[in-house]
Amino acid sequence: MALPVPMLLAVQEMPMEISGADTAWLLVSTALVLLMTPALGFFYGGLVRSKNILNTLMMSFASLGVVGVAWALLGYSLAFAPGSAWIGGMDYALLAGVGLGGAPAASTVPHVLFMAFQGTFAIITAALISGAVVERMRFGPYLVFIGLWCLFVYAPIAHWVWGGGWLGSLGALDFAGGTVVHVNAGIAAVVAALVVGARQDYGRRALLPHNVTYALLGAGLLWFGWFGFNGGSALGANETAALAFVNTMLAPAATLVMWMILDSLRDRKITAVGAATGIVVGLVAVTPAAGFIGPVAAIVLGALAALPSYFIILYRSRTRLDDSLDVFAAHGVGGAAGAVLTGVLAAEVWGGVAGPMDGNTGLILTQIVAILGAAAYSAVATLVLLKVLGVFMPLRRTVAEEGVGLDVVLHGEEGYAKGEGAVLVRP
Amino acid sequence: MKLIVAIIRPDKLSDVLEELYRAEVRGLTVSPVQGHGGELEKVETYRGMTVKMELQEKVRLEIGVSEAFVERTVKAILDAAQTGEVGDGKVFVLSVGNVCRIRTGEVDEEAVTPMSEGAAV
Repeated sequence: MALPVPMLLAVQEMPMEISGADTAWLLVSTALVLLMTPALGFFYGGLVRSKNILNTLMMSFASLGVVGVAWALLGYSLAFAPGSAWIGGMDYALLAGVGLGGAPAASTVPHVLFMAFQGTFAIITAALISGAVVERMRFGPYLVFIGLWCLFVYAPIAHWVWGGGWLGSLGALDFAGGTVVHVNAGIAAVVAALVVGARQDYGRRALLPHNVTYALLGAGLLWFGWFGFNGGSALGANETAALAFVNTMLAPAATLVMWMILDSLRDRKITAVGAATGIVVGLVAVTPAAGFIGPVAAIVLGALAALPSYFIILYRSRTRLDDSLDVFAAHGVGGAAGAVLTGVLAAEVWGGVAGPMDGNTGLILTQIVAILGAAAYSAVATLVLLKVLGVFMPLRRTVAEEGVGLDVVLHGEEGYAKGEGAVLVRP
Repeated sequence: MKLIVAIIRPDKLSDVLEELYRAEVRGLTVSPVQGHGGELEKVETYRGMTVKMELQEKVRLEIGVSEAFVERTVKAILDAAQTGEVGDGKVFVLSVGNVCRIRTGEVDEEAVTPMSEGAAV
């Protein structure tokens, strides 16, 4: 624009009005991202044995409750209230001051909506970790864990990148949470798998997915919800939202194609579980990049991001690390690959942020610093949290109860009850 | 020759199959069944409706064996399926009138003798 400088300043200082279009898109996006958590439950649930289907679904659904409340009461403030470079303050605790006026981080949408939108991210990030501890962790300690993890691990890292913390000031790019959500959850998953320990049957028996159709259904619904995750992260109904939306369509498409090629080269058979996994990896990888790269770059990013995750999944299952549903390979590695590729492919002409092709070669290094910083804090804080919890309550069920299945033992229900021989007990 | 019928816990099936394999017992039929062996009923609740699950999920194994294999088959099942809790199941050893292997027409002892390893496809 060719406005004279004083007038430009005047435009910037004018308080922005709430925009109907921006608000409408963020309302829809919030609902879309909320749907991702049940979708994740079905993606994970299909991949476990039938005797643990309800427990696995509940690990995701319970996050909607526990983390949803924790976020509103305290988490949002720790992440987004003005504070230090490391953590937000208490200004928004119990949602004080979070009203209908424009949000400080997105002045054209009501503050309360911005809080809810960010809350859906906290909910799914905590639920992602459950994939590493399915089929053996006790439910009570899990609930306490995700509630505290949201406050002490997720909120600080969200603050670092989006809330005015040190990674944001450093210039690290994370459009919708490649580092905050996926690297963070992926590393926490490894720690949780190590602390809780492997399933009794891991490495001894074939632990097969009981319903691959659920895994595909979950992956499809995750993709649908992810349009809100990435598109909504533009925080408005604008060009950036359109770019993020299109990239969210193209990058996973490329990952899916690459995954099918890798599958067919390896075994001459293209697997459905592989397709579901490839979609999720592509979605994860495009998350940090969505609003910063062009659509062709998104296809390149999606295809390249398939490679590390594909081979790490093959390798992981031969180790003693029972990260049961490969949260680390899909989210940790996929998120890191996406964040690095964001640093390579960012283009000023698309996202307004200069990348290496515009001369900003330092961006790649900044991205790596952001990944390592988030990973280090996530690992240490998750380890401390689980070790302390383990002192107060056992984290897992007995071997015999694991054999029976957690649905009956923990929830007193069965996912596929036949009802034959069930006798009604009169109250 | 005998027909060995065993009712076991579903979560012990993998252990039993492994133990039978080690005992070189080949050829068996597995079916999911429901039954009750005197164990405490599971109580489940669905929207305030409390039910006692009188019938438990079990697995039935049927194994036709020659006399020489009877003892080691029973032992393999006992070793692998036992937890010590009520509801572990039973092993029945039944006498068999006649057996015929459909593929070859062999009868009785020969029909329940495992093929030599070389003959296996």
